[in-house]
Amino acid sequence: MDMAIEIQLIAALTAAGCAIPGSFLLLRRMSMVSDSITHTILLGIVLAFFMVQDLSSPLLLIGAAAMGPVTVWLTELLVKTRLLSEDSATGIVFPLLFSIAVILITRYAGSAHLDTDSVLLGELVFAPFDRLTVFGVDIGAKGLYLSGGLFLLNVTLLLIFFKELQITSFDPVLAAVLGFSPTLMNYGLMTAASLTAVGAFEAVGSILVTAFMIAPPAAAYLLTEDLKKLPVTAVIIGAASGILGYHTAVFLEVSIAGCMAVWTGIFFMAAFVYNVIKRKRGAAAKC
Amino acid sequence: MDLLDIFSDYTVVVVTLGSALLGMVSGLLGTFSVLRRQSLIGDGVSHSALPGVVAAFLITGAKNTAVLLTGALISGLLALLLILTAIKHSKLKFDAALAAVMSSFFGLGTVLLTCAQKLPDSTQAGIHGFIYGQASSMLLRDVVTISVCGIFILAVVLLLWKELKAFVFDRAFAKQLGIPCKRINLILSFLTVLSVIIGIQTVGVVLMSAMLIAPAAAARQWCDKLWEMAALSALFGGISGAAGAVIGALSEGMPTGPSIVITAGIITVLSLLFAPRRGIIYRMMLRRKAGEVHYGHGD
Repeated sequence: MDMAIEIQLIAALTAAGCAIPGSFLLLRRMSMVSDSITHTILLGIVLAFFMVQDLSSPLLLIGAAAMGPVTVWLTELLVKTRLLSEDSATGIVFPLLFSIAVILITRYAGSAHLDTDSVLLGELVFAPFDRLTVFGVDIGAKGLYLSGGLFLLNVTLLLIFFKELQITSFDPVLAAVLGFSPTLMNYGLMTAASLTAVGAFEAVGSILVTAFMIAPPAAAYLLTEDLKKLPVTAVIIGAASGILGYHTAVFLEVSIAGCMAVWTGIFFMAAFVYNVIKRKRGAAAKC
Repeated sequence: MDLLDIFSDYTVVVVTLGSALLGMVSGLLGTFSVLRRQSLIGDGVSHSALPGVVAAFLITGAKNTAVLLTGALISGLLALLLILTAIKHSKLKFDAALAAVMSSFFGLGTVLLTCAQKLPDSTQAGIHGFIYGQASSMLLRDVVTISVCGIFILAVVLLLWKELKAFVFDRAFAKQLGIPCKRINLILSFLTVLSVIIGIQTVGVVLMSAMLIAPAAAARQWCDKLWEMAALSALFGGISGAAGAVIGALSEGMPTGPSIVITAGIITVLSLLFAPRRGIIYRMMLRRKAGEVHYGHGD
């Protein structure tokens, strides 16, 4: 497959995959949790690295994915003391875990070339060079399978658990009465978000994952009132940002991931302006 | 380095002084962010500052701290205004608008950064310092900048103390008193952005939010009055800054920014555990005592 098409596919699938768990984080007013998770991933990778001492081990990704629910659990532990509000707890936990990761890296992993910049910033240009080969046959870029797999996983989870997610997001008490555990759904969502973030950070870097998780759903939230249309619209906006971002980046010769994030921001602003105009018209029509 | 040697070392004294001052300023302003439940504003603003820093570098070609900070200040404020506009005119909540705006600003920053890297005399060091902070390279000049900004912030806070107090606790009441809430909100936001911007180069983007929140959250456990909380928060911030800088100087390869954040984190955990009346241990003892009394009645 052509390299340019491969990069675009990875970009679109990554952004679209992030938009699905992001939609529900947004609805649950947990948008900043995505920011928190994407930073603590670093600690998960570092801890797993100390255990296996191998940078290419898949255990590193598992360590990273496990850190998401751990972060959320620690945050909720602080909130449950009722001494801190949720935003304060979030804002204390993730810098603390991130600090521990930075200290561990600078003190003990200096010789291991654990590249923190690639974790935080990522680079999509190199994705097509990492090939997946089966029996010696090149079947495409690894990133393509990773981003495609995560997108499919998120779509599947969304289709299976849509009703549960809907009820637990809007009415946790009703959900508990009906017999689904809001806590279980919450941790399930966090695990999905964490896995998606881990899958995405190799391509776009962990800091920008927040852009793909929250900006497309935020734009979709302003465009539609229908809960079913929300994740679909967000996925379309995410994928469009991926492809437009790629072309802009190639045209200007700049970072692809950065351009993708800028496009999500442009879509968000456009949706906001549209929303304001629509409301003004609605108000004028009533007069 | 020994503990005694440390204070005769000029660089260490400068870094310690600067970090302590910075901790005090962010501790003071963090009080308001925490009480308004907008703790994550620091995180948002610090990420949003990246395009401003890089754009300032691209336009002027200077690596002068003052120029870069001005750029950071402008883009931080712009992001904040966008966030405030978005939540005012739509059904979006603060956290969603914050996450969407700050991450796209950061994306724009990385785009500009790739432009900057194409210039002949640029280095990669920029982004690294921006994300992780470079407290150990603090100069006397930076300490002066922090002090000037700190004094300015303190003066404004003292001058508007009554208005801020009313605004933070009861906006409706503040409006009735004829306090211009919109203007107070903008001033408070501006001060917060300013304190975040001067902090970024020391502790870095990611850790700046902890500098703002941790001291204030710790101080909240010990007292109920706003002025007590603000003073204690500034004190905790100052202690964290100084202790983190000393730890960074004492042990080889211990980064200063993360040391500051971990010190602040420890202070917060200790406060959550041991603070009188609110603390976890106090409440546990109270419950046990209540239990004993209860059994006593049963006899």
